Amino acid sequence: MWKYLLKRFLLMFPTLVGVAVVTFFLIRVIPGDVVELRLAGDRGAASQAAIDAERVRFGLDQPVWKQFATWMVGVARLDFGASMWTGSPIWDEIKLRFALSLQVAIMATLVAVGLAVPLGLLAALRQDSWIDYAVRIFSIAGLACPSFWLGILMILTFLIVFKWLPPMVYTPFWVNPWQNLQQLVWPALAVGYRYSAVATRMTRSAMLEVLREDYVRTARAKGLVQRLILVRHALKNAMLPVLTVIALEFAFLIGGLVVTEQVFNLNGIGLLFVQAVAHRDYTLIQALVMLVAGIFIFVNFAMDVMYAWLDPRIRYR
Amino acid sequence: MRHRIRWIASSFVALVLGLTTTFPVPAGAQDKPRYGGQLDFVVPSEPPSYDAHAEETFGVIHPIAPHYSLLVRVDPFDKTGTKPVGDLAESWTISKDGLVYTFKLRQGVKFHDGSEMTSKDVKASYDKIIFPPAGVKSLRKESYSSVEVVEAPDPHTVRFRLKYPESSLLLNLASPWNWIYKADILAKDMHWYEKNVMGTGPFLFVEHVKGSHWVGKKNPNYWDKGKPYLDGFRATFMSSSAAQVAAIRGERAHIQFRGFSPPERDQLTAALGNKIAVQESPWDCLNFVSMHHEKKPFDDKRVRRALSLALDRYEASQKLSRITIVKDVSGIQVPGTPYATPPAELEKLAGYGHDINANRAEAKRLLREAGVPDGFSFTFKNRGIPHPYEPIAIWLVDQWRQIGLNVKIETIEASAYHPMLKRGDFEVAMDFQCGFIVEPDLDLVRFVTTSDANYGKHRDKVIDELYRKQARAIDVEDRKKLVRALEKRLLDEEAHVIWTLQWHRIIPHSAKVKGWTITPSHYLNNQLDTVWLTE
Repeated sequence: MWKYLLKRFLLMFPTLVGVAVVTFFLIRVIPGDVVELRLAGDRGAASQAAIDAERVRFGLDQPVWKQFATWMVGVARLDFGASMWTGSPIWDEIKLRFALSLQVAIMATLVAVGLAVPLGLLAALRQDSWIDYAVRIFSIAGLACPSFWLGILMILTFLIVFKWLPPMVYTPFWVNPWQNLQQLVWPALAVGYRYSAVATRMTRSAMLEVLREDYVRTARAKGLVQRLILVRHALKNAMLPVLTVIALEFAFLIGGLVVTEQVFNLNGIGLLFVQAVAHRDYTLIQALVMLVAGIFIFVNFAMDVMYAWLDPRIRYR
Repeated sequence: MRHRIRWIASSFVALVLGLTTTFPVPAGAQDKPRYGGQLDFVVPSEPPSYDAHAEETFGVIHPIAPHYSLLVRVDPFDKTGTKPVGDLAESWTISKDGLVYTFKLRQGVKFHDGSEMTSKDVKASYDKIIFPPAGVKSLRKESYSSVEVVEAPDPHTVRFRLKYPESSLLLNLASPWNWIYKADILAKDMHWYEKNVMGTGPFLFVEHVKGSHWVGKKNPNYWDKGKPYLDGFRATFMSSSAAQVAAIRGERAHIQFRGFSPPERDQLTAALGNKIAVQESPWDCLNFVSMHHEKKPFDDKRVRRALSLALDRYEASQKLSRITIVKDVSGIQVPGTPYATPPAELEKLAGYGHDINANRAEAKRLLREAGVPDGFSFTFKNRGIPHPYEPIAIWLVDQWRQIGLNVKIETIEASAYHPMLKRGDFEVAMDFQCGFIVEPDLDLVRFVTTSDANYGKHRDKVIDELYRKQARAIDVEDRKKLVRALEKRLLDEEAHVIWTLQWHRIIPHSAKVKGWTITPSHYLNNQLDTVWLTE
């Protein structure tokens, strides 16, 4: 078990280094750079002397290999430098947005799990009944509606019907829970619904498969009560693929809600990502890619641990 | 005795008339300003740093200008945005030869930390702007190349000595970017203002939450007693225009100071009725067409003129103004401002006549003369921004097709656009400029041969000389003639560039907002000292 976990843990590092190399060089291939963009402004004109001076300030006049080496030394010390657009330390740019994105991701996951597991279970147990059909329609509708579109519908409904709009400014939960929820519950619902649709479909099909397994039939033949068969034997085994979907979707939510964040004016990681790319803010893009990659890698590692807990065959391999 | 009474009465009338002529009654002044309330506005962009001397985006001006004062500012009630009035300067004099500007400063003005503002602070701020030390960025220092030295002969006097007279200097000193900083702070750290705020403006800094909002509260020690009217303001950063419209429609924000498109204006007025007020103005921003003079056939002025003659600007004004942020047919200065082209003169320029058939026949004749009677093909590079770039590009291509040109649009992603222009990697491209004050010196400098922004790479000594002469002309009428001559050369005789339509600024705002007047520039009028809320 420990050998398995250690192997998984150590694999995280070469993956991160690979991400760092690819990110650093790929963003430099894209035309345009942060200095010209920042100095061009609305007037559309900046002197070459001013542009050159800024390039020197950011170290962009150095050879690329040297820029890469400097950055990697910083990364090794967990110092990602300062944003080239604002001059602020990268962590200052990220921390508030990360808190917001993490909260939306957690709330959306709670919504998704809260809907997906009972509905998927119910649909599997009542296969081909009206309940199954209702759940399938609900989940297919969720898959068909992009969450930003649902968000736009929500905003329009609030505006036209209720003459109300969620707060525009993020208030941390520990400062004012009511205001915080007023702002974040709507994107969490919009995103959580689509997310739950995937998980519901997965729960239903996994349960259907498991319920036909020999060990479930054996448990029934032994006279075990239905609740125990479902919880102890069927659900635990059916959860492996469902957990994978939930975990990957959770990691995606941290940095992937670009349009939904725009619709609800959320100051999240997704929007920051887009702005960083639009500004060609190399240091910020690199840090954000590393952050999101780190989250994916960590979530994968956590999933491996969960697999080992749920499936003894992995533990004893 | 009767004569004396008559003399007193007539003097009184003259005084009243004189006062009202000198200080026109501002728009909305019939309403008595109300104290209190917080102005909520949205800003489509966020400040990269807090130092206006070193930045170019309105994202700096809109949230941060309320914390600062200028030496001279543009009259907040002047719709043309071209009338300088004192801010920290109480009065000023200009020497007869135009080489010395002397400003008397207000006394008792305090920075937000309680220290007194003196000429030392004004000098230090302008030294930073005009003569920045190595490693200090000042984006507009070239605009003050006429200034030889800034002096502070006593604590309440500032003097600018010039190398040569420059007619635009006073307005240039009213630049909304020239915030007055504290000398002691600059002496310790020239970069301090990039991340901190310390001014003498009507509002004190409260907080900036990155990516979210900026908050200011009333400065109780503001030098202009009785102002500001607001208790404070909150600027919320919001990049999506749909979200900005929703914020105003949902009454979460009172105003967005940059501008909305006509459909967005119509949507807000339809939804909010008399709860919304709309202010509109020609906008000191413009898209023009740059043609690369080193690439054939654009090295031939007949071809360039033909491209301009093909455009039906008057019809476009009617049609495009319904869907995007352009409207007026204009020359090289914003309509309604002091150096704008009178309509009768404008019509004489190539492509500005009302008879479009005659214009296009002339365009075809010029193409024949230039050796391309059957037209030719080229690629028009456009910036990947929806408003107003896309509609203008589609219109241009349609117009050029009508004189037999085959044009393909290539859209360049916004971030890669300027590098493309700088490299000269185009035959014909959309170019643009936005000014902070409508002033020939500021607006036309980019068309001088040596300008870094002369992307079309034209070389024209006549334009260079006309620019130099108009910049030094002290007499307004003389200067107007020179500006007109430069315009004719630039847009007609040589057709170095092709003007499209003037941008049109539309600000639909909550009817509760009073004391704010639109100007042609979205960089102006953001100190908020005159703004108040009805409830």
